[in-house]
Amino acid sequence: MSDLERLVQLLSKLPGLGPRSGRRAALALLKRRETLLEPLAAALAAAARNIRACSECGNLDTTDPCSICADARRDPGLLCVVEDVADLWAIERTKSFAGRYHVLGGTLSAIDGVGPDELRIPKLVERARGAREVVIALNATVEGQTTAHYVAERLGETGASVTRLAHGVPVGGELDYLDEGTLAAALKARRPL
Amino acid sequence: MAGGGETPYIGAMFPGAAEAALESPARLSVSRLALTRFRSYDSARLEADGRPVVLFGENGAGKTNLLEALSFLAPGRGLRRARLAECDRVGGAGPWGVAATVEGPRGPVRLGTGREEGEERRQVRVDGAAAKSQAALAEHVNVVWLTPQMDGLFREGAGNRRRFLDRLVFGFDPEHAQRVAIYDNAMRERARLLKEGAGDPAWLAALEDRMARYGVAIAAARRDVAQRLDAACATAAGPFPRARLAAAGTVESFLAEGPALEAEDRVRAGLAASRRQDAETGGAALGPHRSDLLVSDARGLPAAQGSTGEQKALLVAIVLAHARLQAQLRGATPLLLLDEIAAHLDATRRAALFDALLALDAQAWLTGTDAALFAPLGGAAQFVRVADGTLIPQ
Ligand SMILES: Nc1ncnc2c1ncn2[C@@H]1O[C@H](COP(=O)(O)OP(=O)(O)OP(=O)(O)O)[C@@H](O)[C@H]1O
Ligand SMILES: [Mg+2]
Ligand SMILES: [Zn+2]
Repeated sequence: MSDLERLVQLLSKLPGLGPRSGRRAALALLKRRETLLEPLAAALAAAARNIRACSECGNLDTTDPCSICADARRDPGLLCVVEDVADLWAIERTKSFAGRYHVLGGTLSAIDGVGPDELRIPKLVERARGAREVVIALNATVEGQTTAHYVAERLGETGASVTRLAHGVPVGGELDYLDEGTLAAALKARRPL
Repeated sequence: MAGGGETPYIGAMFPGAAEAALESPARLSVSRLALTRFRSYDSARLEADGRPVVLFGENGAGKTNLLEALSFLAPGRGLRRARLAECDRVGGAGPWGVAATVEGPRGPVRLGTGREEGEERRQVRVDGAAAKSQAALAEHVNVVWLTPQMDGLFREGAGNRRRFLDRLVFGFDPEHAQRVAIYDNAMRERARLLKEGAGDPAWLAALEDRMARYGVAIAAARRDVAQRLDAACATAAGPFPRARLAAAGTVESFLAEGPALEAEDRVRAGLAASRRQDAETGGAALGPHRSDLLVSDARGLPAAQGSTGEQKALLVAIVLAHARLQAQLRGATPLLLLDEIAAHLDATRRAALFDALLALDAQAWLTGTDAALFAPLGGAAQFVRVADGTLIPQ
């Protein structure tokens, strides 16, 4: 496989891109060698070198534990469970959550071989034992809700109170797409699960 | 109950039905059709108006292939239940595609569907934008078909009858397709967990909860539509017999015996209790995947005991009743794909069918080897000759 084919093939794997848009992206990069291709290559190399998943919460950062877990001002008794780092970012943008996170990195799927261990649920249970409240902020998709059901069940033994976002979140909705106001309101009005 | 998710069926039945009924009835019709590398067609185009379309041509000309292409405008595997790649033209230069402009009460919509390289699932575009799933099609088109293969529908296993009923439900409740997909997915996930013997009870319970909520919604929709069709068939006249219909199964009985939330609890409990058995069988002991559509004639005789022609006439009666109901409730008759139907009916019934189709004002697609059989339709239909992968309007 040529370098160009390899580039197209890799770009096609990015979310939202297919073979056709992958080719278009590759051409756009090659046409803007100095302003796009080389800076992007450098940024990718730096990211590959420096960015790690936080061993505590699963967030992506250049330090481990991540800057959120290391921040002593954040309440360790309040945990927020999200599907993805993008959801963590969405909640951070609201500036209305002072606790810490647990990033699952996906949803349960027996067919894709994604089980509780892959989602780091044992770690979540361990962290929840020391917490006062766990907010489950999974997407309002079918998979998100099935996973929420499971997580709530597993947290039952920890003694932490388990809450979910208020239903400002539209059915089928993904947190990442919500505006900050709606998400902040859903967070504030969270209720027991 | 733990877990988020609202109960999916409340308020979801017949969205917009009231408004649609106020408008004047219209039909769904395909005004443009383009087939690319689809079975015997390399590249074929057809323009049509709202009248019935008669496709005629010799055996192997491609008539059923064309109907199959149209059946892909609905969710599912089409009228042959083919595997996705099977429709790729043998020796063709790439995957197949079907594009259509469909006219309906809400104006024209451009639909595209087909296989895409590297994708396992059939891709769908609505007005140029990629849809998340095939279920999106049900919001725009409702397609119902009768094929010679369905002649055995009442004698075969329940699966085909369930799918037949589901297609009828799509017309009333477009979200039904999505719910069936979600239910099936949960059932497969559960089967996988049970097979691996992992048996994490909380995980199984989460999946069974989804199966219970969606399963009851599915059974409720089927029950409701079967009842409506049963009533609509009762008022039907003409040479087509009165068909009696009922959706039957464990979940349907739960719904007959008590409220839906109670039915959900019973399904949840039933699934939890059947885990060990299901691990052995690889299935699920109860749920709407085991339901059936029971059909009998006016005397109460099960359809399977009727003559071949009588069974066919019952099917036609159901499809016509469905189309009439659709026109009343949604303001549009469905697309009807009637493969070789004229050949199986006697002259009286054939004439009655043509009259019924014209009275419905439906775009029915009729096939036959002999155009003469359709002569009574005259100028009320458009005739297209099918030969060697080409479509020649007459
Ligand atoms: N994937 C494919 N690639 C190319 N040709 C195919 C493919 N699948 C089926 N065919 C061919 O398409 C032809 C037309 O089939 P079709 O079933 O549409 O005929 P028909 O007009 O309905 O005939 P009949 O009157 O016998 O029912 C057949 O000869 C068949 O071999
Ligand atoms: Mg045929
Ligand atoms: Zn962290």
